[in-house]
Amino acid sequence: MLEQDWIFGFLGGLMIGGGGVVYLLFNGRILGASGVLGGLADGTGWDTWKERASFIAGLVLLPFVLTFLWVRPDTHLSDNWAVLIGAGLLVGIGARLANGCTSGHGVCGISRLSFRGIAATAVYLLAGGISILVFRHLLGAI
Amino acid sequence: MRNLYALLAGALFGAGLFTSGMTDTTKVQGWLDLFGDWDPTLAFVLTGAILPMAVAWRVAARRKTSVLGSPLPGTPTSKLGWNLTLGSFLFGAGWGLAGLCPGPSMAALTYSGIGGLVFVAAMLIGMLLARFIKPYVARLDAPRKKNGLKDGYQTGRA
Repeated sequence: MLEQDWIFGFLGGLMIGGGGVVYLLFNGRILGASGVLGGLADGTGWDTWKERASFIAGLVLLPFVLTFLWVRPDTHLSDNWAVLIGAGLLVGIGARLANGCTSGHGVCGISRLSFRGIAATAVYLLAGGISILVFRHLLGAI
Repeated sequence: MRNLYALLAGALFGAGLFTSGMTDTTKVQGWLDLFGDWDPTLAFVLTGAILPMAVAWRVAARRKTSVLGSPLPGTPTSKLGWNLTLGSFLFGAGWGLAGLCPGPSMAALTYSGIGGLVFVAAMLIGMLLARFIKPYVARLDAPRKKNGLKDGYQTGRA
């Protein structure tokens, strides 16, 4: 069954990349979830709010439709609010300081062999691994 | 038209995150957990996403503008700085802690329950805070000179 997950992972990856292709070649922009959201959250992107809101509408609503047509996935999200708030703050602050997250630096950065994108990806993969090691295996918190 | 294509891009992105299983936090944490039950799915997702994007960058390099006439992104700089490294480290720590990053947290917004909303709310607040933290982190790259700040950083803009 695990291998089926890999196939769906690859197919889903192609769709993620497809979204990036459309956003780059039509809108002339690098697809980055934290960039689209962050510009609305901190006010720096309010002049392009319609484009950003349209992107977010597609991002939120299509999976919503798929929960009816296909399956309703379990996110297995923690129910510990301290974990959720702490992680949310770290993700929000970190992605905006770094000017990108998994989509912008990971997908779009690596695919153009951007040194910054590759470096950022290496650092956040390392930090993610350390985080799991510390919070799961050392502290047993998650 | 820009908004229509942005909607399409967002929808494809969301469908991909949904299909790939990346809104399941156990798959993300499983990828990062080298000392537990390691799950390689994320590598397949990233490979699948990078392939069409690599082609798109080649196409973009031959064009002057996007199809809709807007400027295309310029050549990336190779300058690393404290904002990039410290930011990526904090981001990765939070990503591992909850198993969510910005894209999947939004894609799962309608089915991740109250916890998903709490995460997104905290993330948006973090994004707002980052705007005010960023200039201070940038100063680590360009130490204060005796008679003021070095190039550009004094504006405090990201």
